[in-house]
Amino acid sequence: MRTDAGTERLLRDLAPQVLGAVVRRYGHFDAAEDAVQEALLAAATQWPAQGVPDRPRGWLITVASRRLTDQLRSDEARRRREAAAVMAEPAGPTTVMPDDERASGQDDTLTLLFLCCHPELTPASQLALTLRAVGGLTTGEIARAFLVPESTMAQRISRAKQRIAAAGARFTAPPAGEWAGRLRVVLHVLYLMFNEGYAATSGGETSRPELTAEAIRLTRAVHRLLPDDGEVAGLLALMLLTEARRPARCEPGGALVPLAEQDRARWDRKQIDEGLALVTGALTTAPLGPYQVQGAIAAVHAEAATAAETDWPQILALYNLLERITPSPVVTLNRAVAVAMVHGPGAALDLLAALEADDRMAGHHRLAAVRAHCHELGGDRDAAAAEYRAAARTATSLPERRYLEARAGRLARTGGPARAAGTAGITGTTGSP
Amino acid sequence: MKYLLMIYQNPATWQAMPESEKNAFMSQAGAIVDELIASGEWVGGEGLADPSTAASVRVRDGVPAVTDGPFAEAKEQVVGYCIVDCESRDRAIEIAIRWPDARRWGMEVRPILSPDGVEM
Repeated sequence: MRTDAGTERLLRDLAPQVLGAVVRRYGHFDAAEDAVQEALLAAATQWPAQGVPDRPRGWLITVASRRLTDQLRSDEARRRREAAAVMAEPAGPTTVMPDDERASGQDDTLTLLFLCCHPELTPASQLALTLRAVGGLTTGEIARAFLVPESTMAQRISRAKQRIAAAGARFTAPPAGEWAGRLRVVLHVLYLMFNEGYAATSGGETSRPELTAEAIRLTRAVHRLLPDDGEVAGLLALMLLTEARRPARCEPGGALVPLAEQDRARWDRKQIDEGLALVTGALTTAPLGPYQVQGAIAAVHAEAATAAETDWPQILALYNLLERITPSPVVTLNRAVAVAMVHGPGAALDLLAALEADDRMAGHHRLAAVRAHCHELGGDRDAAAAEYRAAARTATSLPERRYLEARAGRLARTGGPARAAGTAGITGTTGSP
Repeated sequence: MKYLLMIYQNPATWQAMPESEKNAFMSQAGAIVDELIASGEWVGGEGLADPSTAASVRVRDGVPAVTDGPFAEAKEQVVGYCIVDCESRDRAIEIAIRWPDARRWGMEVRPILSPDGVEM
């Protein structure tokens, strides 16, 4: 969509509301979604030249409804022709839809998120569909974000819509008993969207759309709708506090800079302040959940003026808490880093030994990387270098492999005792809950 | 995550195969490609011309040396590839297991490095 930033923002905000309104009236999620994309495209080309209509949302709903009814009618006509049935086609004017009040548009956005994050879909499909239907990104933009051909992404999206139809999902909010569980799925999809985008910013593809911005925008929208939900606030805080580090996390050449070595003056203060306020508010008012705890961990890192001033006992306490509410090998791995900083590398290595037996973690490059880090802290440079090399061999990310190789190389070159570097959360910023 | 599926064959054995058997191979492979397209996992792939048409290129001290034929002389050669984007390594291996050449020769499944990464 080539249009000025104001129009684009407006269209992105309106996209899910328009789709929600059209699906609510006509059903046919699949066809409705195509019709809304066409309406958005029409707006993107016409509005900059002719001006934004007085009621942009009503304009889009009208155009999309017209496209949809035309499409449904021509499908129907084709079916009839194919059946060679001689029947008069029901004529009738295309209905022009009245604009609804803003509030129902907001509710539609949430309902649409629930639909796109339907539990019948794989996470990859949930992500793609959410970006397309709620985010208003084109299939081409989503394909570029995931580095796959447009035809691959188109197929993924169309299959996701078919699955939703086959599952008999309707455009209604989930029943009360399922509501909380379904919201968790929505938040997880937004979390994955953010992580995907955050990892992508280390890659060289500058033309890729910014999924982090999209994830923050959508999470913000959910936070506006559910301001009292502590997990929504916690997730938004986690995203902002992580995104704040982006200016410092890569060297100009693209090499990754570990948290402990980042120039903290380059962290985005505005995002940090907003994230800190959100997480503090959520922790004091809402029931505790994993995103709030992860947000709190990110907050402790953000509050340290230098890596050396990091409050590791506090971080360890938070990881203990996180492991209690959502135990997972990734959380244990993160906790091991904090254990190393508080109780020393020996205690952390004991903890890691238990993880090696876990199928989900065995042979994972991050496990070897944390082991390397512990050996480095303990001054065993040979063991550290060997573990960094092992981690590099199993890494499937090019920048991470380069980082691990560089780390191993540094240990081999310098003659003195290993320096206590890389103190930060080695499993990255947002360990999966 | 993306995986490269390298299809290995012995070109001489392939040439000697009866037409009906070749057709069966092609249609089985074609059906898998159709399935992968439908599931949204297909990223791309092609068959390669005979290894004898390959050129191996090396540059030493700025001097290019181009020789005819593949890098390594072996009975089994890469004759095609697919790139799939799927949920897990197990899934990529499952696709390779179903590929007809796996029953006669072999397939190699290699993860493709992502240009993305997260600082540690």
